[in-house]
Amino acid sequence: MAENNASFVRHELIKEQVPPVSERGLVKWVRENLFSSPFNAIMTVLSLWVIYSIIAGSAPWFINGVWNASSVRECYDILDGVRGACFAVLKERFPQLIYGFKYPPTEYWRPNITTLLLLVALAPVLFRKLPRQLLAFSIIYPFLAYWLIWGGTILVPVVAFLGFAAGVYCFRRFSTNAFALGMIVGVIVASIFWLFGGYLSDANETFLSLQAVPSRDMGGLMLNLLLGTIACSVSIPLGIFLALGRQSSMPIIKWICVVFIEFIRGVPLITLLFVANVILAFFFPPDTSIDLILRVIIMMTFFNSAYIAEVVRGGLAALPSGQYEAANSLGLDYAQSMRLIILPQALKISIPGIVNVSVGMLKDTTLVSIISMFDLVGMIRGPILSTSEWNGVYWELFGCAAAIFFVVCFSISKYSQWLERQLETSNR
Amino acid sequence: MSTFTSTEREKFRLSMLLNDRRYRSYTFQFFALLVLICIISYLGKNLVENLAKAGLNISYGFLEDPAGYDINQRLIEYNSQSSHLRAAMVGILNTLLVAVLGCITATVLGVTAGILRLSNNWIVAKLMAIYVEIFRNVPILIWILIISSIFMGVLPQPRAFKGENPDATMLWDMFAFTGRGIYAPGPIFFEGSLVVVGTFVLSILSIIALRRHARRKLYSEGRVIKTGWWSIALFFIPTILIYYALGSPIGLEYPELKGFNFKGGIYARGSLISLWFALSIYTGAFIAEVVRAGIQSVDKGQTEAAAALGLRNNFIMNLVILPQALRVIIPPMISFYLNITKNSSLALAVGYMDITGTLGGITLNQTGRAIEAVLLLMLFYLVISLSISAVMNIYNRSIMLKER
Repeated sequence: MAENNASFVRHELIKEQVPPVSERGLVKWVRENLFSSPFNAIMTVLSLWVIYSIIAGSAPWFINGVWNASSVRECYDILDGVRGACFAVLKERFPQLIYGFKYPPTEYWRPNITTLLLLVALAPVLFRKLPRQLLAFSIIYPFLAYWLIWGGTILVPVVAFLGFAAGVYCFRRFSTNAFALGMIVGVIVASIFWLFGGYLSDANETFLSLQAVPSRDMGGLMLNLLLGTIACSVSIPLGIFLALGRQSSMPIIKWICVVFIEFIRGVPLITLLFVANVILAFFFPPDTSIDLILRVIIMMTFFNSAYIAEVVRGGLAALPSGQYEAANSLGLDYAQSMRLIILPQALKISIPGIVNVSVGMLKDTTLVSIISMFDLVGMIRGPILSTSEWNGVYWELFGCAAAIFFVVCFSISKYSQWLERQLETSNR
Repeated sequence: MSTFTSTEREKFRLSMLLNDRRYRSYTFQFFALLVLICIISYLGKNLVENLAKAGLNISYGFLEDPAGYDINQRLIEYNSQSSHLRAAMVGILNTLLVAVLGCITATVLGVTAGILRLSNNWIVAKLMAIYVEIFRNVPILIWILIISSIFMGVLPQPRAFKGENPDATMLWDMFAFTGRGIYAPGPIFFEGSLVVVGTFVLSILSIIALRRHARRKLYSEGRVIKTGWWSIALFFIPTILIYYALGSPIGLEYPELKGFNFKGGIYARGSLISLWFALSIYTGAFIAEVVRAGIQSVDKGQTEAAAALGLRNNFIMNLVILPQALRVIIPPMISFYLNITKNSSLALAVGYMDITGTLGGITLNQTGRAIEAVLLLMLFYLVISLSISAVMNIYNRSIMLKER
């Protein structure tokens, strides 16, 4: 009989069984990633202990933090022997940390707006997917920012911008025939504009004027950002010229650039700041007084441009020589081949390096506190820690400064990594 | 028939200076030189006028004058009657001291962190990533200040060690960790100590010779000579024998609490320790990134090929991966060592008397010789930087040669 047949044929698939507990989910992940070998297990336990002790040490300090007090004594009274932070100093001295202690409090909106606009102006430069028309604002921005931060009549930046625009227009017009001619005509036209505009703005000092703030009143984080942005933006073109000069076949040009770059890279920034502080004034004509902040910007720009020059030189060297030869065989002259063929490719390679150097520059702006300028660190070490109310509140203040710099620099370096990936895929 | 039209050399015309590529570069360089000379002479003229106006002159005579200030941390004899030059020398040695110490610990820290960041242990890798990101993205000056305030705040003052029932005790009665600095036992050299040191150096040289010999035998005859135990024996036995044969000529001087401070032994000031620490932990984060990138730059096929040859894990690392990774790692490493040397000038912020603190700090302020002092300072750093990069370039080249 068919029913008695012992042979068994399964007609449907057995359901998949779940893998054993040790081979799935969290357990598998833990086994593979944390306890794959005895050494790994020891390391895991050790790391967990490190994390635990850091959290156990700092958590009460954060949680017990006092936010409302007028002095460190009051903080200790409120804490009453419990370990805890005294964040009240950040709250009370917030304007000083951000704007310095001399910037007029009624004008705080000006640096705020400038910083916001900075982001708007940077956006089209940083993200190439944004509409190109936004770049127009990026070009106007430096002049606008000058007016907002330093104040005075709006005629000064307007005249500066018009002169600049006229110069660029003339350069465009004439450089189709000869690069040098365009350059010279552009410079002359711009100078004429500035000369006459100077009289105009001197005569109308109150026209659309904001309260003028002298450079020495800048301070706090604002000073760091100010120094960082100006030094970086000026030093990028300068660095490109230095790099081109160093690659040049003309020995005198080459050696001028090599000596400049190697000299700047060979000395610490702090000695250059000493130069800005005590020596540079000797090299200006007698009876002119150039502001310390301007002298510092000059030295920082030199410093940064030497480093950027090295990065760009790396980019230029990385280009295959066929590119140079192709440009030559098309009959392009030096300026054209650089502008149209070499630099666009070389700069693309060196953008991540340039961003890294610029982050370094932003961090190095804290060094100005050593020549007794009151940037973020200078404010903390000077006017805040030396007062009797907040004497000895190191951790909170330096921790805050560190956190601010971390946020800024980390996001810039993340941007640089993102950009690197973008550029990489577009090359393939 | 000749297709060449022998171009006679064109007669030189003045307009060719501008229009002919062959001559234009001369014109251009001439003008560049002219502009440079103009700038330099303009600045020089301003300098002379300004100096005359301020009644100053440039002279290095001040280096001979007594300095009149004291330096706590010093490697050579110095007192407040010594000259400014001597003070600068103390500063130079202090700079070199912290730079060398910093380079060593930064390398150790960086290499460890870089390798651990590639570990297959998730939590260790993440921990190292956090370390790298935190330290790379915060200015070194802030780290120096934070670490020095930790140092001063957390460690006890020397007076805490006083009394019958002190708040703090010395570690093994040898090391005292105080807020002012770390006191450690220092060696005292008696007669005959030179022989012991000489023996030690000789035994190290012989270990190197032995290893070289073993390697040559391996390459030429394929014989493996085990050097491990021999090296260890050579390292310890001769020196210890001579040491006891000469009646222990090198002793240890322990730091002792006298009054309110420790005396004797080796003393490292808090400022030195915190600067050293900050420099090495900060630069270590950068080195970790470079080491990681270097190891990752070696193609995976290399590891697999080495494994296919039957090499064990540590041989794969030592013989195949590291030699190739080092080629990527060493050039940026050179610039990090230079950075440590240059960043050590931030000693000024914590009051460690390096060359910037002595020559560029107190000497400059006391004598008012700003130009001379800063020029000397720059010259010193320039010499250091250029010589380190020269030495490292030679080393770099020797590694690169093995490429093909």
